[in-house]
Amino acid sequence: MTSHPSLSLPTAAELGATRLGEQQGARWAPGQAGETTAHGEIFASGDEGAGAALALALALDRQQARAPDPLADTPDMRMWLWVQDRKALARSGRPYRAGLPESLRDRLIHVAVKSPEDALFALEEGLRCRDLAFVIGEISGNPRALDMTASRRLGLAAERHGVPFWLVRLDARRDLSSARMRWEVASAPSLAPRWNVQAPGAPSWQAQLFRARRHPPGQWLLRGDGRLVAETGGAAPELQNTLAHAKEGGGA
Amino acid sequence: MLEGASSRRILGIWLRVLALDRWRLGEGLAEGEGADAHPLALIAETAHGPRIAAANAAGLTAGAQEGMMLADARTLCPDLTVVPSDPAGDLAFLEKLAGWALRWGPWSALDPPDGLLVDVTGVAHLFGGEAALLADARRAFARRRLANRMAIAPTAGAAWALAHHGPDGAILREGDDPVQRLSSLPVAALRLDGDVLTVLRRLGLKRLGDLDAVARDALVRRFRNRRSASGNPLMRMDQLLGRVPEPLLPVLVAHAPLVQRRLLEPIRHLALLEQVVRDLSADMERVLEGRGEGARRLELGLWKVDGELVVRKVEMAAPSRAAAHLAGLFARRIEDVDAGFGIEMVRLRAPWCEPLDLAQGDLEHAGEEGEARGTSLAACVDRLTVRLGAEAVRRPVPFASHMPERAQRWQEPLAPLKTSQVTSDFKIRPLKMLDKPEPISVIYETPDGLPRRFRWRGATHDVLRSEGPERIAPEWWRERGAVRLRDYYRIEDATGRRYWIYRCGVVGDGRGGVPAWFLQGVFG
Repeated sequence: MTSHPSLSLPTAAELGATRLGEQQGARWAPGQAGETTAHGEIFASGDEGAGAALALALALDRQQARAPDPLADTPDMRMWLWVQDRKALARSGRPYRAGLPESLRDRLIHVAVKSPEDALFALEEGLRCRDLAFVIGEISGNPRALDMTASRRLGLAAERHGVPFWLVRLDARRDLSSARMRWEVASAPSLAPRWNVQAPGAPSWQAQLFRARRHPPGQWLLRGDGRLVAETGGAAPELQNTLAHAKEGGGA
Repeated sequence: MLEGASSRRILGIWLRVLALDRWRLGEGLAEGEGADAHPLALIAETAHGPRIAAANAAGLTAGAQEGMMLADARTLCPDLTVVPSDPAGDLAFLEKLAGWALRWGPWSALDPPDGLLVDVTGVAHLFGGEAALLADARRAFARRRLANRMAIAPTAGAAWALAHHGPDGAILREGDDPVQRLSSLPVAALRLDGDVLTVLRRLGLKRLGDLDAVARDALVRRFRNRRSASGNPLMRMDQLLGRVPEPLLPVLVAHAPLVQRRLLEPIRHLALLEQVVRDLSADMERVLEGRGEGARRLELGLWKVDGELVVRKVEMAAPSRAAAHLAGLFARRIEDVDAGFGIEMVRLRAPWCEPLDLAQGDLEHAGEEGEARGTSLAACVDRLTVRLGAEAVRRPVPFASHMPERAQRWQEPLAPLKTSQVTSDFKIRPLKMLDKPEPISVIYETPDGLPRRFRWRGATHDVLRSEGPERIAPEWWRERGAVRLRDYYRIEDATGRRYWIYRCGVVGDGRGGVPAWFLQGVFG
């Protein structure tokens, strides 16, 4: 686990990316179809489910944003792939069918591999398959096999075959990667549900987009209850600080 | 070969009066009804005039016998009705019966003129044992009004002998001594020609036990000119005891598509072997395309110069015949083959095929390379399975159980889903479950028993919100009696992490001490 993002100063590269991002694109928001290729990386802790949950939420969000396509008269019912290496599986658990979003339950193909090398192989095979809706990988730590070359390879495969791809990095530090959008996510306190205020509410995440090609970096409080909703106003004080920090970094 | 023969189970069926039964079926008569109540004989035309092929019960009583000239029978019984026999029709009927008899085993053979042999190796449990199988077969034949006698034995010879001459419904078990069990049968049980039987009778050898009593050398000398099995009692005896194999031709033969390459020069290098496998895959694609099929399972046999045979098997998630795909699957499996002094022959066989129609080529991507189009889902699953193993690539399916870890099972990714009535969708379940619930240590708890603060994986969590309990009782029909119930709670800690924890048991349930707490699932 890296130190909290708000404590580290933004690097020169990050600042450069920020400026470039502001010139190039608008602020990221859910519900946008986004660029044609989706290659994302999500950093999360292995002790919570936020990483995989955000990956699924982003995948669904992308699918819903794309649905108004006049040619797509039937919903996308293709299978999707979830690859986990052994460490990630032991640390954060195995997918549980009844807990998956309802539209994805019957379409999951789960691949449990031993080593990160096998995971990269499985991910690449999945990305080269034209019959998959999207691919999610979950790799723990910073294995040697997952370097810039491997990341670029996966990115190219995703780009070439148009398969959206999110790689969840559990307990990893931010190393080099060719991902187009890089997120850092953690759970956030949920809103009280309407009927039982004592109960946990719809999942919420505090997500930081720290590197993106088309969007300026930023921080969001995301709520996922069927649809992905972004809230920045209701951010926790700690998050406000982070946001302010990000703004300073952006203006510098 | 001998081991294989000894472990087989053959069901021998003898249709005692097949020709007459068939005539009755054709006339729509029951036994002893209408025309069958009067003396009747089926006759065959021979060079010396008509001869009786079979006679019904009344005919036999009146004196007509099988093999008798019709003229002789007429003198004994002037009112004998005569119907021409139909051996060709009988054989065709027997062939149909052999196909029908496949219901008791995967493989059946004709035993002309009036018998069937069914291989029932390893299928008896489907019928509740061999005795039940036998009873089922007898019932089925009786329902078709076919008089029958049956036996099950390790060899075709023994099954035939017991069916024709043994007690009805005899079963020669694996552990039985065939020599002793069969010794009281007449020598006719050896399926010998008539003249050989005459010779044996003249020699005073009437029972199978008598043959054993005579020195083998003497019999070998006596029958040294008899080459065919049906003329040589010793050969038949060996077949009956399973000492020599007896090839039988099955009725329904499934020819597995087969291609092979005999290599001029034994190959020792992987690159060459890969080329051969690619060529074979292309051949196989042509063969399968001609049959309109795709392979589900492929066997690659590699014959080595030193007499060794290496077999590699590959199974596919969906029928396929794309040469590149087949070769790609084998490429990974032949990496570890030890070529030794070289491989001289390679054969590719597809023992399991499924229909696969010719499909229109992809117009949209016609100009592109195969690589750019991407793979199909089945091909992707195959590749993953070949490298990672079938256990690694699976999909979750619901299972009717209340226990959360049992309510989900895993199956092959492309196998069809079973319909189910499991509707627990209203229950909120975690996104991920730990393979083994991890114990948490409660630091202090609220008065109603829920932890207020607990420690898990070295970190402290404060429970701010919770919902529960959802009580899940143990499934007494699956588990031991001492298993404790579980109270599940959905909780959220101060940083918003959501977990699924449970207390195993309640205080005072008499099934152990203080209930322990576990963390089983992680919410998104």
